[in-house]
Amino acid sequence: MTMLSINNMGKVFDSNKGEVTALEDINLTVDRGELAVIVGPSGCGKSTLLNIVAGLEQATSGEAVLEGEPITGPGADRGMVFQSYTLFPWLTVRKNVEFGLRLKGVPGAERAQTARKYIDLVGLAEFENALPKELSGGMKQRVAIARVLANKPVMLLMDEPFGALDAQTRLLLQELLLDVWRQESSTILFITHDIDEAILLADNVYIMSRRPGRIKAKVPVGIARPRDHKASLTPEFSEVKSHIMDLLWEEISAG
Amino acid sequence: MKQTIPTGRKGAWLAAASLFAVVGVWAALAYTGSVKPLFLPPPHKVFLSFGEMYNEGILFSYTWDSVYRVMVGWSLATVIGVPLGLLIATSRRASHMVAPVMEFARYLPVVALVPLTLLYFGIGDAQKFAIIFLGTFFQLVLMVADSVANVPGDLSRAAATLGANRMQTYRLVLFPGALPGIMDDLRITVGWAWTYLVVAELVAANSGLGYMILRAQRFLAIDRIFAGLIIIGVLGLLTDYLFKLLARIITPWSEKR
Repeated sequence: MTMLSINNMGKVFDSNKGEVTALEDINLTVDRGELAVIVGPSGCGKSTLLNIVAGLEQATSGEAVLEGEPITGPGADRGMVFQSYTLFPWLTVRKNVEFGLRLKGVPGAERAQTARKYIDLVGLAEFENALPKELSGGMKQRVAIARVLANKPVMLLMDEPFGALDAQTRLLLQELLLDVWRQESSTILFITHDIDEAILLADNVYIMSRRPGRIKAKVPVGIARPRDHKASLTPEFSEVKSHIMDLLWEEISAG
Repeated sequence: MKQTIPTGRKGAWLAAASLFAVVGVWAALAYTGSVKPLFLPPPHKVFLSFGEMYNEGILFSYTWDSVYRVMVGWSLATVIGVPLGLLIATSRRASHMVAPVMEFARYLPVVALVPLTLLYFGIGDAQKFAIIFLGTFFQLVLMVADSVANVPGDLSRAAATLGANRMQTYRLVLFPGALPGIMDDLRITVGWAWTYLVVAELVAANSGLGYMILRAQRFLAIDRIFAGLIIIGVLGLLTDYLFKLLARIITPWSEKR
């Protein structure tokens, strides 16, 4: 069943050098429970695409439809995890995770209970009362994921959330995300430029062309689940990776 | 902003040493007669003049008058300036409307406005409030706007995807996020408020530390001028220290300190 569908979407920016087409004729659907990953060369507009789905930017043509409703602005039904650290520095871990619930007016005791559940899920139970400045980068992103999950969005949007982390922490968080996704049966639209990350996580990998960004190909990843970081050692993984690299290489070398 | 008052035992020793050195040089110059007492009073006379002013009943009353004027004038600027700064930083329309006026006004030397304020408000407290307000308000608005603009945009965007509306974003993200910066802005402008107050009191007043200094000059009571300067300096130090303490209490989460 379709959760998100993007229909003939385009985005044109007005810049002082004239109009720049960032996205052209994007068509894409994400099913309920799917983990879809978009990869593309830098500057291809993949973040713009995600921002439009989040409602933080407006498309200039076409539309994005979530559960049958066109997206017009940001909302709690689409929680987003950013590459930059976006925890509120003045709130403790728990208060950060409670933030969305507080906006909805959920009573304190229930808020705390929900927050604790998700803090536990991302493995930070002991840090519930810590301030963001006391956490490492990986821990901050765990909290950011918990904060979005506690809000019960129908869809998670992730904009290179592990892009600023070191390689080992990134592997840990990728596995954590896979666990969370399975336990919560979430629907996720994930953006990255890391091919290994895309294959490890995705049901389907969408390859974007360089600017103006279009969906160049959809590559299904059939590797058996549950997956862990060792999946990257299997022949299936190599096969998919080789295919994706060929597709991406055309884009990178053409630029 | 960096910590300017050194903390810890070592810092305290260094601070005491430098203070001691200044007083030492002063005493040496005054007691050896290298500088005439008319220009540099010996330290003990300045010390005694505190007692004289206390006996005349003006030491605390003049100090209080000045403190009161600074507090009221600067508070007025703060109460209006902080919300206006928030508005300018977040609304393009408000920014287009208000920012040019602020930019123009902040280059007007406040001293040049003293004659006008005397004409409008006389020589009483209201004129002092006006001068302090004019001297700090315009700068404060722009500084606060800057502090708010420095809150990372992704924080507001994250809040929006968690369901925050515009008012909630103001209240729960932009204001707390800008608070450490705003605290610094307040600390800096209250220092300016003191400067402008003394200017206003030097020109026309019938009480206050600036007035005391001016009168002392007429009577060549140079020891009292020094006493007045010391009081103003100590009050400035105290205010600064209070603000830093307050910042540590209000924004303990800030990574600045």
